[in-house]
Amino acid sequence: MKIRIGFGSCGIAAGARKVLAEFEKEFSQRGLDIPITKTGCNGMCFNEPLIEVFDQDGQVFMYGKVMPEMVKEIIEQHVIGGQPVTEYLVSDDDLGFINKQKRVALRNCGNIDPESIDDYMASGGYQAFEKCLTQMTPEQVIEEIKISGLRGRGGAGFPTWFKWNATRQAKGAPKYVICNADEGDPGAFMDRSLLESDPNSVMEGMMIAGYAVGAKEGIFYVRAEYPLAIKRLEMAINQARAKGFLGNNILGTGFSFDLRIKAGAGAFVCGEETALIASLEGERGMPRLKPPFPAEKGYWRKPTNINNVETYANVPWILSNGGAAFAAMGTATSKGTKVFALAGKIKRGGLVEVPMGLTLREVIYDIGGGIIGDKEFKGVQMGGPSGGCIPKEQLDTPIDYESITKTGAIMGSGGMIVMDETTCMVDMARFFLDFTQKESCGKCYHCRLGTKRMLEILNRITSGEGKDGDIELLEELSVKIKEGSLCGLGQSAPNPAQSTIRYFRNEYEDHIYSKKCTAKKCKPLLTYSINEDVCTGCTVCAKKCPVQAIKGERKKPHVLDQSLCIKCGNCFDVCKFGAVQVD
Amino acid sequence: MQCCCGEEKKLEDRFSDNDVDLKPLQTVLDKYKNESGSMITILQQTQEIYGYLPKKALLHIAEETGVKPAKVLGAATFYTQFRFKPIGKYLVMLCQGTACHVNGSEKIEEAICDELKIKDGETTPDNLFTLENVACLGCCSLAPVMMINGEAYGKLTPQSARKVLREIYKKETNS
Ligand SMILES: Cc1cc2nc3c(=O)[nH]c(=O)nc-3n(C[C@H](O)[C@H](O)[C@H](O)COP(=O)(O)O)c2cc1C
Ligand code: FES
Repeated sequence: MKIRIGFGSCGIAAGARKVLAEFEKEFSQRGLDIPITKTGCNGMCFNEPLIEVFDQDGQVFMYGKVMPEMVKEIIEQHVIGGQPVTEYLVSDDDLGFINKQKRVALRNCGNIDPESIDDYMASGGYQAFEKCLTQMTPEQVIEEIKISGLRGRGGAGFPTWFKWNATRQAKGAPKYVICNADEGDPGAFMDRSLLESDPNSVMEGMMIAGYAVGAKEGIFYVRAEYPLAIKRLEMAINQARAKGFLGNNILGTGFSFDLRIKAGAGAFVCGEETALIASLEGERGMPRLKPPFPAEKGYWRKPTNINNVETYANVPWILSNGGAAFAAMGTATSKGTKVFALAGKIKRGGLVEVPMGLTLREVIYDIGGGIIGDKEFKGVQMGGPSGGCIPKEQLDTPIDYESITKTGAIMGSGGMIVMDETTCMVDMARFFLDFTQKESCGKCYHCRLGTKRMLEILNRITSGEGKDGDIELLEELSVKIKEGSLCGLGQSAPNPAQSTIRYFRNEYEDHIYSKKCTAKKCKPLLTYSINEDVCTGCTVCAKKCPVQAIKGERKKPHVLDQSLCIKCGNCFDVCKFGAVQVD
Repeated sequence: MQCCCGEEKKLEDRFSDNDVDLKPLQTVLDKYKNESGSMITILQQTQEIYGYLPKKALLHIAEETGVKPAKVLGAATFYTQFRFKPIGKYLVMLCQGTACHVNGSEKIEEAICDELKIKDGETTPDNLFTLENVACLGCCSLAPVMMINGEAYGKLTPQSARKVLREIYKKETNS
């Protein structure tokens, strides 16, 4: 008998600490000596806090959305009585969320204790690294990665073996490997979850990369907003040192390598590799011109290999199972699996890993369960602020680098924000431009000022002051900004606007010419009114109105004074009878 | 020559002139000042000591490391993590990332601002709360999310956000 509890950031935010405390209290009161282990996130964020009960006969039962009040019942009925509390168990339907996936990068997430290297080793950890050091030459390692067809998971999808090889071939010493854990795309959390749930596999991938390119040191650049990831990584590095996987003369092979962590300081552009390197050197995180690429002149102008967290997490699996096994999954040009962070208006938000080539529909509907409240699907944003929005007509697009790029979005790092009929596409474009405009480092003026101008136009449109010609101006600026920017931030900043104009031009036109927001999101374009036939005169809306724009006697229909209304929407939210209308 | 656009004054106003004790800073400087590329680490640890980056400390760092003050300030102002004004006892980080935006973070912000009577970046007069909008806390599947002194709260509604703040307030004013 054993209890396992999900202790990733999402689990903790959903209340896992309180649940754990309740279990510990009940166990000690009853004198039960049952081990409780903590694990990371198994991806089912929508069901957190998650508890697994391992029976005597090895059966596993998963409880979802566990509240402290439920703990007593689970203990009495299941742990002591042997009868699972069926109504709290995760439904078979929800289990489909996991069963339909293929887990390579996430293979250990939710299954092992991320704070224990022994747990990682018990599931095969560090065998790939040992195999590389003792049985393979660096060239053979690179060859295996080449066979696997692994491409970078950080956004651009560059072949990993090519970068490794370039770094290996480059002249100069010492060489470095860097792990890009800056995860700047707001709305994506694959890298956080991986580092929190299985830090060792990312480290092992980096160590193998270090061996392959001939580096002595590896650096993690982790986003400062991820304190738990940093803590677990620190622990794992210390444990790996104690086991002799890091340090001098590792496993007696003469190979020396060590890892360290640098916390980022909050700048989206620092996810861009040359900006990241500038930041590591203690400077403002401004991108540098490429070439020279980091593989030739990177950290301190030395050959540097830089990869994303998920890219590294795939590496030990590839070396254990062979490049061909990885290449057997996916499509002709996009091999293997990819992790996606499902969020937004989706029923089952969380982390999923699927073979490349599955369609968006399969991920969003079959795995993600579709839209909350069964509303109408409108689009899915892929690639965050650098990506674009894919409309419902293209839901059958297969997920591979080329097909996604064709839609005007990008694969990006794996963020998938699902949007429904209540999401305004012009507002989304405005939201992303607001983000990139703030995050532009200011080096290139097309990026610095162009994004500002685009934001002004989008602000104008969403506040009901859009003019004829605005759409065309946005299109023109988009092209100019892309042409005039040095790094990927500027080169992709117009993407959200361009793709929403491409697929949802009618929404832009509604805003500009009819002064209407069909998604009912842009406040200045809305008119609230009270339907006299439905209003019961309960007075709740009048009480909640912050500007006393609603008047009327008790039990008589109320009226809303348009000249006073500030369109806060309070009346709409509080009316129980559906008497408040928005147009 | 005095600058005529007022930008210089505006820049000065961003920093707090408080007199702070520089002693705790010394251990940080002793450890890192000769390590190249460590400026951001120094600034992070300085912020950990004071809760923000006081002007006096920034100038002291420049002096000790031999880096020009303009460069130190340049690095400090580039990153959103660094603050130049003291913060309240509770730092409310409200996520304005994509998932949270789509799931209604704006309404949460309205509720928090109304509850605390402050705006983004401001601190309540009793120095209890500071509100800071951030881009993604990595708990997107629980959107909308806020984090108060490291503790995350998910699936917020305007009411539940107010409740969390009220509970903290009650705890603080009772003891
Ligand atoms: C504006 C911008 C932001 C980026 N942010 C990230 C990021 O957060 N994480 C990441 O791994 N790569 C990011 N990248 C991509 C990196 O520059 C780089 O391509 C990547 O780290 C390479 O690793 P990979 O080959 O394993 O994908 C970003 C690129 C740009 C232009
Ligand atoms: S978008 Fe809010 S936590 Fe990610």
